[in-house]
Amino acid sequence: MRAFEYANPTSIQDAVRLLGSNEGESAVLAGGTDLLSLMKDYVVTPGRLVNIKSIDELQGVSYDSGSGLSIGAVATLDELASQEAVHANYPALIQALDGIRSPQIQAAGTVGGDLCQRPRCWYFRRGFGLLAQMNGKSMVADGDNRYHAILGNEGAAQFVNASSLAPALIALGAKVTIQGVSGSREVDLQEFFRTPGSPGERENVLAPNEILTRIVVPAASGARNATYEVREKEALDWPLAAAAVSLTSNGGSVGQARVVMGHVAPVPWVSEKAAMALQGQAVSRESAERAGDAAVEGARALSRNKYKIQLARVAVKRAVLRAAGMEES
Amino acid sequence: MADYSWPEASKRRYIGKSVSRLDGPLKVTGVAKYSYDVNRSGMLFAKILRCPHAHARITGLDTSAAEAVPGVKAIRVTQGVGTEIKWELDEVATVAAETEEAAEDGVRAIRVDYEVLSHFVTEEDRANAPDQEVAREETEGDPAAAMASADVRSKGFYGIAPITHCCMESHGQVCEWEGEDKLNAWCSTQAVSGLPGQFADKLGLPTANVRVITPYMGGGFGSKFSADRWGIECAELARQENAAVKLFLERDAELAVAGDRPSAYATIEVGAKSDGTITAWISESWGSGGISGSRGSPPVPYVFQVPNRKQTHHSIVINKATARAWRAPNHPQACFLTMGALEDLAAELKMDPLDLFLKNVSITGPRADTYAEELEVGAGLIDWRRNWHPRGDSGRGPVKRGLGLGLHTWGGRAHQSNCEVVIFPDGNVEARLGSQDLGTGTITVVAMILGETLDLPLDAVNVRIGDSRFPASGGSGGSTTVGGVTSSTRRAAVNALEQLLERVAPSLGVSADQLEAVGGRVQVKGNPARSLSWRQAAARIGPSPMSATGKNPGPGKLSDSGVGGIQMADVSVDVETGIVKINKVVAVQDCGLIIDMKLSESQVYGSLIMGIAYALCEEKVLDPVSGKMLNPDMEFYKLPGIGDIGELVVHMMTGPEYDKRGVIGLGEPPVISTGAAISNAVANAIGVRVPYMPVTPNRVLEALERGGAA
Repeated sequence: MRAFEYANPTSIQDAVRLLGSNEGESAVLAGGTDLLSLMKDYVVTPGRLVNIKSIDELQGVSYDSGSGLSIGAVATLDELASQEAVHANYPALIQALDGIRSPQIQAAGTVGGDLCQRPRCWYFRRGFGLLAQMNGKSMVADGDNRYHAILGNEGAAQFVNASSLAPALIALGAKVTIQGVSGSREVDLQEFFRTPGSPGERENVLAPNEILTRIVVPAASGARNATYEVREKEALDWPLAAAAVSLTSNGGSVGQARVVMGHVAPVPWVSEKAAMALQGQAVSRESAERAGDAAVEGARALSRNKYKIQLARVAVKRAVLRAAGMEES
Repeated sequence: MADYSWPEASKRRYIGKSVSRLDGPLKVTGVAKYSYDVNRSGMLFAKILRCPHAHARITGLDTSAAEAVPGVKAIRVTQGVGTEIKWELDEVATVAAETEEAAEDGVRAIRVDYEVLSHFVTEEDRANAPDQEVAREETEGDPAAAMASADVRSKGFYGIAPITHCCMESHGQVCEWEGEDKLNAWCSTQAVSGLPGQFADKLGLPTANVRVITPYMGGGFGSKFSADRWGIECAELARQENAAVKLFLERDAELAVAGDRPSAYATIEVGAKSDGTITAWISESWGSGGISGSRGSPPVPYVFQVPNRKQTHHSIVINKATARAWRAPNHPQACFLTMGALEDLAAELKMDPLDLFLKNVSITGPRADTYAEELEVGAGLIDWRRNWHPRGDSGRGPVKRGLGLGLHTWGGRAHQSNCEVVIFPDGNVEARLGSQDLGTGTITVVAMILGETLDLPLDAVNVRIGDSRFPASGGSGGSTTVGGVTSSTRRAAVNALEQLLERVAPSLGVSADQLEAVGGRVQVKGNPARSLSWRQAAARIGPSPMSATGKNPGPGKLSDSGVGGIQMADVSVDVETGIVKINKVVAVQDCGLIIDMKLSESQVYGSLIMGIAYALCEEKVLDPVSGKMLNPDMEFYKLPGIGDIGELVVHMMTGPEYDKRGVIGLGEPPVISTGAAISNAVANAIGVRVPYMPVTPNRVLEALERGGAA
């Protein structure tokens, strides 16, 4: 990898200052499980790494029945998985964490890093850029797109967001705090991600000198939630499709519903239609199937990934049934 | 003449028993040093600049900036301006530097200009392949007439993707010169005795001046028989800089250019009588092993010698590095194509494929009785008769369960091998062979033969292999090693013992033929009262060690070739997601006289895991747009983990009839039919053939959409 300068600030202010304002010149180092492989492959070549694991304000996981779950950006995946309150209130998160089948990544990887990791698109990883272009033309359409997007793929971006936790966190209504040189702001996690339209644009709203500092999940207040991932292997593998749902009860039927899919679009894909299909309905195999069908309405298959439409549909159906405790064996 | 034959069953101390791998503790504690672990004083690190294009001509090359990189000591251009590069990641230049980092910086500082040329990497699309030829065309009997008159016909398409060897220890070596004309090379190789000649030839040295050392080996599977261009470049850099140089391939090159298994695609039609007698086979197959074409052709129809048959195979050239022998070259492909087609025929016949296989077992050749026996054993172990159901008839719910089977054959004839057995005056015993242990247990079986022949405990014998200064032994390929090294060791040990007894005889007052080695002593036959301890006996040698040699081939029938095996798989398929889970795989295998039962079973377990990997996960993906390999990493070059393997059941065929054949190799056979059995089990579960391997969710769902019973 390119030789780099290593900075180890202990405050957020120092960290954002050290990051500077030019894209690509520096990089935030948390668990490093993604960054280091990107650097070894020269996909990114930052001249400075800013380690944020020494910053106290970014540590820790805490739960309060009123304010909910607060997760420091550098809390590790293991740390999150070890919280009783997370098991009790947010099974969707535990199920998503369980899908990361690498003890090393679970031990070293951070929650912030899971949200900020770069896409796994094999064209991106082989150096063709986030939009996978060769001679100004996307390689994905005529190339091997078996793992690419089926939703939100009308523009230049065809990769899928790789975050394991984002679908569950968005379904649970998480907000993230972003801090830069001129202060901090809070955005819905859903709004944190964006689909780049042209080369040079990133897949989230972070400016080069901004850091995602904290993730806050509202108190679950009895909302049932679940994640279902379709993974080829039990061993470490990226899901082919995933879905997370959160359902509140209203008598015997669903009150509010949130349905978010992962690995199907350049961003975690929130399906209002799937949510609508569930609201006011009792959860049943039929209503779960209708939600799955609604979730993939408007999906557009590329030449080799039509199967992912089916997988996304099934992931939504099974996440709904799992949330309702009606999972098929 | 000495009696070299294997001892009869009742007298065996080690042969056929379960002995744990002697080097196991050394490996798991890190004491065992692989070639990759070798570090020499003042050693330089070399890295290779590789072409990023699948097809290009080098139009410019400038190393001046690289030469200026601090720490860079030397740069060698392998393929210069004007060269046409025909596959991605082919070698262009090699940089040696004081550190790995400096070598990498040096590589990146070399400027190369390419004229990018058109490429072709999608050999399944034979119609558009620019460079192809008929590799094989054979006809037996009258296949057209037999097909026309068949009661039942089944026709299908089958395709199996290229996969890589994916050795954990990548290809490479450390080279160091002694003076100006002697090379020592620590190589990760399957051919310790064969490699010096390759280096010598390219470097202009006498073969005797090259010493190849391979203390331990991190996997080869058929891909490590060559000194390779990177080996020669490494040696040249070491000579040029008068320093040791380490060069091992990066993971991307290991996966992209250091060996893979050719693909195979086929349309196959099979005909049978309504009672299941197979009468006709017509296949048209094609495939590619890269720039050199298909590298042979899959021997279809596999094992079943259908009386009327025609097979045509087309060799396709693509822009990819040349394939290398992959564990049982061409057999896994042929097995999948054939067993898939026969299982589909069974479905047409509405017949249990086990019955179909048994019905036609007589056309499997000399191992027919073995196959019949193995099929029954396997059926018992997987409870086939109770668990098998007609295709697709697998109950309600999204998860369908099915059974499938396949059978396979292999030669495994013992290779040429020389062994020297040395008995030291202090009683130590050592066997020396220019062989190598790929992880298969070579060291252990040689020790067992020494212990068996001299009746000594295993900790009293020492095995030295992995050095080309030892007596030459064949390369470890084609399942030839175990037969070769056990035969040569047996003969050398018998000869050594004979010599020892000659020396000892006077002190026991009998002739040598009245003596025997028993339980760590040398005694008058049947009379422990007149004996010497092994150590006392060895002391009679005199001050210098005593040495005897043995070779293979040689006197006495110690080995044979030709084995058969069958495998059966029990899988569950989620028809909503296309995900296949292995419940159980049963392997029933013969391999003549088994030396170490535990290592034999281990060999089969490892094969089954490798078979599950290529059946469900592994695929070398080449990009039609760029011609590049898209998954030269351990992330999307998918391999199963332990949770993906299911229950494995191994049954080795044993008994006097197997023992009397002698030792036969086991490396390749058990990996051959795993894929076929799994593919057939999936078809049985979901009611429709998934024509491609690996059997991935996209392919399962596509097959179901085209027409399944789910």
